[in-house]
Amino acid sequence: MECWDKKYECMSRDEMTAVQSERLVNTVNRVYNNVPSYQKKMQLIGLEPGDIKSIADLDKLPFTTKQDLRDNYPYGLFAEPMSNVVRVHASSGTTGKQIVVGYTRKDLESWADVIARTLTCAGANKDSFVHNAYGYGFFTGALGIHYGAEKIGATVIPISGGNTKRQIQTMKDFGSTILACTPSYALFLIEVMEEMGIQKGELQLKSGVFGAEPWSLNMRSEIEERLGILAIDIYGLSEIIGPGVSSECSCKSGLHVFEDHFIPEIINPETGKVLPPGEKGEIVFSTVTKEAFPVLRYRTRDISALNYEKCICGRTHVRMNRVTGRSDDMLIIRGVNVFPSQIESVLLKFSEVAPHYQLIVDRVGNLDSLEVWVEMTPALFSDEVKQLEDIERRIREELDFILGISAKIKLVEPKTIERSEGKAKRVIDKRNPV
Amino acid sequence: MLVKQLSVFLENKLGRLAKVTRILGEKNIDISALSIADTTDFGILRLIVNKPEEAEKILQENNFAVNCTNVIAISVADEPGGLAKVLQILDNAAIGIEYMYAFVGKNKDEALVILRVESPVKATEVLERNKIRVLTANEVYNL
Repeated sequence: MECWDKKYECMSRDEMTAVQSERLVNTVNRVYNNVPSYQKKMQLIGLEPGDIKSIADLDKLPFTTKQDLRDNYPYGLFAEPMSNVVRVHASSGTTGKQIVVGYTRKDLESWADVIARTLTCAGANKDSFVHNAYGYGFFTGALGIHYGAEKIGATVIPISGGNTKRQIQTMKDFGSTILACTPSYALFLIEVMEEMGIQKGELQLKSGVFGAEPWSLNMRSEIEERLGILAIDIYGLSEIIGPGVSSECSCKSGLHVFEDHFIPEIINPETGKVLPPGEKGEIVFSTVTKEAFPVLRYRTRDISALNYEKCICGRTHVRMNRVTGRSDDMLIIRGVNVFPSQIESVLLKFSEVAPHYQLIVDRVGNLDSLEVWVEMTPALFSDEVKQLEDIERRIREELDFILGISAKIKLVEPKTIERSEGKAKRVIDKRNPV
Repeated sequence: MLVKQLSVFLENKLGRLAKVTRILGEKNIDISALSIADTTDFGILRLIVNKPEEAEKILQENNFAVNCTNVIAISVADEPGGLAKVLQILDNAAIGIEYMYAFVGKNKDEALVILRVESPVKATEVLERNKIRVLTANEVYNL
């Protein structure tokens, strides 16, 4: 299988450790000298740059959190003078102030390089047409994919998000071969395509790179089947670089972390202790090549695990598990920790249910209530009440078994749950009105 | 011979039923019979219309979940015991009824009934053998 950068992507573990150690030592020195906030944090625990001699010392470094980014808004954590910064991106602040990240010219080059690796994982080459339906702008998704695709020499179709009918017409007319968007938008595209009466055979699509939100394996098979493509999961976040932190290869058994740039660790989110390979916990990254906006041990809040076995594809880059939830998306309902992804996995056991659902959490009196709205599908529907009540009952029992709390299941009419052109809105929590 | 019945999933919300009938009315589709089965949260509207395929398509286009099932329409004498007689025939043949509903015909002395059974073909044979009049699909659509 093709690699974009065989030297780094297929490097032995010893070589990788040496590369990472050298780069980490450099990064620690740079941030200590250039970023007062990091210096202060290290001094507080009596740590000097010289104490970090290799990646074996990584866990001595303090964590960086989203709050640190907010506290230093907008440019406080930049490690280069703004005259060397050629681009900024910002991530929407749904729960607070937005955060700003920056790139030097070299950072943009590394970013294009890791995206080139990602797209190569999906089979892209200079003959590909990359249909880039991520939203262009502050969000890192679109511009990240854009420059990586150009670096490969593929033809970029910079269509951005929205205007779904035009997206489909363009895919058909321009011969798009690789689709880049969020997985929930891919499903939305498919629905609109079917409404327009356009068959998958009329498109040239071969694969898709889908990311920016957690998605289930059933969503993957639905996208693959209904579009007739290979769908791979890609991962990234603005704080680290944007998309291009890790990507599945065509083996689809974990996402290769581009660890010559971003060193991953898995920690226990409660204690902060590093967990051994294979154990599930919060994934933390340290960037070791970034100039403008390096981060050390950044707490992503994403739940994953690491696998150091060599992949069949030949890449030696460590693989992280598909992110199945975020530790801060967790809902606490009647004292029970609930991840929306758990509910999704239950719904998807009912193969006849297309994955459109919404969780409504409310408080009635002093008791939390959970309603799960599930959209009716033609396959699910019956002219007999008892059949529909049976489906409600089976979903309820399964949820009760998995979560240990009872939920009310409500079947709703097709297309009544809000469709997103970006990230899916799966949860409405009415308990804490804003 | 078998009559096509459309079933439509409706949430128990204001105006849903009105919307279905308006959509069909606008497309000049005539409803011969209908019944609603309801629960707390949703209802299933069952319809017999003059152009079932067209109606199904229109409703799907309007994002309704619709399905089509075969039912039988029979005529029973409009007199005490008329329906009981028919039901006894089906019972004797061990044919269970999922649901049924009566609707208005044009003849004064007969009552019309829609039956949803598991095996409508077998039920039709049994009824006809027992001299019960089973209406043709066209007869029902044009009521």
